Order: sequence, then structure tokens, then C-alpha cells
Amino acid sequence: MPSLAGLFFWMNIKLENIKKLDVTKPLKLDCGKTITNFPLAYETYGKLNPNKDNAILVFHALTGDQFVTGTNPITNKEGWWVTAVGPGKAIDTNKYFVICANVIGGCMGSLGPKNINPDSNKPYGLDFPVITIRDMVRAQETLLEHLGVKKLLCATGGSMGGMQLLQFCATFPDKTFSAVPIACSSSHSAQNIALNELARQAIMADPIWDNGKYVLKKVQPKNGLAVARMVGHISYLSEKGMQEKFGRKLQEKADYEFSFNADFQVESYLRHQGYAFVERFDANSVLYITRAMDYFDLSKQFKGGLSGAFKNQKTKFLIISFSSDWLYTTKDNKDIVIALNASGADVSYSEIVTDKGHDSFLLNEPEFLKTLKGFIDTMYDKFKNEKRI
Amino acid sequence: MKKEFKVIAELLPNNSRVLDVGCGDGSLMSLLKNEKNIEVRGLELDQDNVQICIHKGLSVIQGNAETELHQFPEKSFDYVVLSQTLQAFYKPEKVLKELLRIGKSVIISIPNFGYWKVRMKLLFFGKMPVTKTLPNTWYNTPNLHMCTIKDLFNFCDEKKIHIKKVVGVNQDQTSFIKRGNLEIKNLFSKLGIFLIG
Repeated sequence: MPSLAGLFFWMNIKLENIKKLDVTKPLKLDCGKTITNFPLAYETYGKLNPNKDNAILVFHALTGDQFVTGTNPITNKEGWWVTAVGPGKAIDTNKYFVICANVIGGCMGSLGPKNINPDSNKPYGLDFPVITIRDMVRAQETLLEHLGVKKLLCATGGSMGGMQLLQFCATFPDKTFSAVPIACSSSHSAQNIALNELARQAIMADPIWDNGKYVLKKVQPKNGLAVARMVGHISYLSEKGMQEKFGRKLQEKADYEFSFNADFQVESYLRHQGYAFVERFDANSVLYITRAMDYFDLSKQFKGGLSGAFKNQKTKFLIISFSSDWLYTTKDNKDIVIALNASGADVSYSEIVTDKGHDSFLLNEPEFLKTLKGFIDTMYDKFKNEKRI
Repeated sequence: MKKEFKVIAELLPNNSRVLDVGCGDGSLMSLLKNEKNIEVRGLELDQDNVQICIHKGLSVIQGNAETELHQFPEKSFDYVVLSQTLQAFYKPEKVLKELLRIGKSVIISIPNFGYWKVRMKLLFFGKMPVTKTLPNTWYNTPNLHMCTIKDLFNFCDEKKIHIKKVVGVNQDQTSFIKRGNLEIKNLFSKLGIFLIG
């Protein structure tokens, strides 16, 4: 097992070799600061056809990255949405050109708190500007021009990816023919913010964190970051799903140990997930990205509230929620449907019945994947027809 | 193709905006979209049907008409269509009010409990009628509030809902129903299709 510092060094070398766009156009952030000449890391799958009408943009969630499918070259693990994207999958890369960019504030090659601050020649740490979902989306829009895509066939994303998508449609109403926001919300609820705060407090309570300056020492506040990830994992599963998966089962032992070791399987699972995460994710990035999610409130940006955000929308929407998702509930998703209806937009909605909670969008949920495929395939036919006319 | 859907399609002008409440597998929606260039949306409870509609490229919202019609703004559709479902709601009157709020006009079709075969079954066999249009038995029928064409006629009058047109359907025959021929048409129509609002 390599040391963490060694691992980071190795990751940084590998990060040199991934696709990056140098965004030269200055981007004025919502906080007032401007970033310029910054890297935006991305990956593409499949081929853009000569008519350029088969491009699908995927927005990733909080801990995701641009490596949607296949093997992630940095972690050597499967892409995070391998269930839905790939050859012959719901989003078929034999047919469609799939694009995904790492969000700014992230740690997979796009500008983030571990990058070097040109003003100090040291990693940003907490000097990195606080970013918003809108900032993320504006940065990614520059990628479309770079790739020669005038209008997307479809854009999609789950969780924070769905939030970015809603923002994308509101900010750039003509950039995508269709949109599938999945298991998301148009604004963070008190409970959503509270859970994110719990994650941030766990990181900040770790003495290694040192006000975000751990990056200078090439270390990582592992314990705090692992706890932050555990919080997330609890919120991604449903009560019933967790009970069915773990119940009170013990971890490779016949009886209680009368200690604080991981007696229960659920404890062992959380510890494993938590400590696996620290090897691929930057603690400061978690702070910045969760903050962006908490600040997200689409209705606040537009006159007339949420339906004002979707005024004159030509994009065809399919909203999908999962019945047992308590992080971004069916009600949160239905509120988006109601706002789209109120603005006269073309919207479909489906609630997938499952016990698997928020995580469902990442899993092999046949009904969900069938719905997604059916929608995108029919949208492709419509888009081609529209372009021909 | 169901005769009922053909009649409904004929009642709707080209290029209008229509909401199909309880749209099922989207058969009517496809017809309206393809043959009359109608901008049509559906509301459907059943997940499998929702998926079928989405695969057909139709816009459909999964939801319960009994409780979720409030999401549609006032007069946001030219027409709202409710095909053979009014009698299945717990509170049909409340649903009807919502339909009239959402649509400038409303088309409702009902299986006619006053149809002569239905009357005969009850009269001669003393059992709840089971027919082609009413295939369920008393204990498993979704139809909680069966009514006749005459009942719905009287209901509209009582509630001061303007009746624009009523079409009776029997096999492949259709005919307009008015006060003057109501008694006879109520006896010989399997289905009543009302254009109101």
C-alpha cells in the first residue's frame, strides 16, 4: 500500500494526461471574483456524427467526475455511470456522443482548491473562490463550443448533476433539445443543508485539515473526510434498503466483541466507503462543492419564482424520481414538474418505485434505465426531423 | 381504433392544446398528435403505461388525477379529455371542477349505465350487469359512481355547466343527443361523450 502522499503524487502525474480545455475567456463568478485561463477537465465517449445532432452532455454529482463509463484512468475503477452509459446501454455510446466535464471546484483536473494559485504560487486551499452551481454550468458551456456542438440532443444528470442541468436549461434555454434531470431538487432544503454541514464539520474538525492548508504538506484529513463520506452514504440509501442489505448482521463474527470495532456489517460498510473515498477525493473540494449545492436556489434567480426560470423553454423535459429517495424526494422533483407545467414547457415525469433510495440512479434499475432509453431514443428521432425541416 | 377515440378526435380542432387525463398507453394521444397536429399531454397513474407513452415519444406526467390536477394552471389547455374514468373517482364532482378550471372546454366520456342491455341484465337476472363496456364484477370494479347519460345531462344542468355537444356511441353508430331525444338515446347508447364548459 503506497503512502497517501505517494498516491497523490501518482494521481497528479496521471492527471497531467487527461483531456483538458484551457478556458481563456474570463469567467465572472457569482461571488464577484473572476477566474481566467483555467483548466476544465473532460472526457468524451462515442463519436460526434457529421450532422452534430447526437451529442449528450452528462453532469456529474457531488463526488463524481468526468469518467462516466469504461475504466476511470485515475482510480482504475469502473466509471460512475457504467450502468446507464456505454455501448448498448440506455445511453448508447455506439449511437451517441457523450460528453462529461469535471466541475470547477472539483479535484479531477478542473480548476479546484488543490490547484496552484497564480498569486501565491501555492495551492489555493481556502483562498479558492466560493463557487456556485451556475458557475459550474457556465464553465462547462465553454466546452460545447470547443467540441463544435451548437445544440445538444440531450443533457442529463442525477442529484447535483440534475441541479446543474436545471441551471443549464434556465441559463442557456436554447442549448439542448431535451433534458432529463434525475433525483434532484430546484433548491436545497434545510435537511439537505444540514447534512452537508455535517460533512463539512467532520472535515473541519480533523486537525490535519488545518484551515485547508493540509495541501501544502501533501497530506489529507483522512478521518474527517471519511466521516463526511459516511454521512453521504447514509443519505443515499433508504431505511428499508439499508435494513434489507445489512439488518443487524455481524461482520465476520459470531457474537458481539464488546468493543468499538466494526461489529455490525453496516459499520464495516460505512468505514470501507469512507476510507476508500479519501484515496480519490480532495477534502477542500467537498467543502466547496457542498457549499455550491447549499447556495442553489433556482427560484431566487428569476422573477416569478421557479416557473420564471423556465419561461419560454423549448426544451423537452423528462423528470425522474425514485419512490424511496429521502434526500431529493418525489415531492422535490414534482415541484419542478409543476413549475415546468406552469410555464407551459413540454414535460414528462415518472416516479420509479424502488427501495434503493437516492442511489437508484447509479444502479441497475431496469424500469429507470428503460424509461431513460425510451425517452432519449425518441428524442433523437424528433431532433433529427426538426433539423431536417 | 376505438370508435370512441375517433369521435373525440373529431370534436377537437387541429393544432389545439389538449390534456388527456388518464391517458393509458397513449393511443388517443398518438391519434391526436399524428392526425390533427394537436399538442397533447397526458396524465397517467400506472408506471408501465407511463413508460409506454414515453417510448412512443409522448409527453406524460405520472400522477393521480384525483389529487394532482392542481398542478396545471387555469385555462392552460384548450381541451381536457377524460375518457371513461369519471365514474372511477372517489369525488367525481371535484375532479370535474378541476377539469373545467384547467381546460377552456372539457370532453368526458362515460360508459352508459342506462344502456338497454345493462338495464335488462339487472331487470331479468337480478345481478350487477357485466358487459363488454363494463367487464368487471361488483367486487372488483373500479367504477364507484356509475351513471347514465341522462344523469350526467341532469348533473350539468343542475350545476349550470354548459353542454355544447353530446354524442352517443353504439357499436359503429354515432348520433347527437339532445334533450328531445334523450330518453331513447339513453336506452340505445353504450357510451356518452360530452363536450362541456
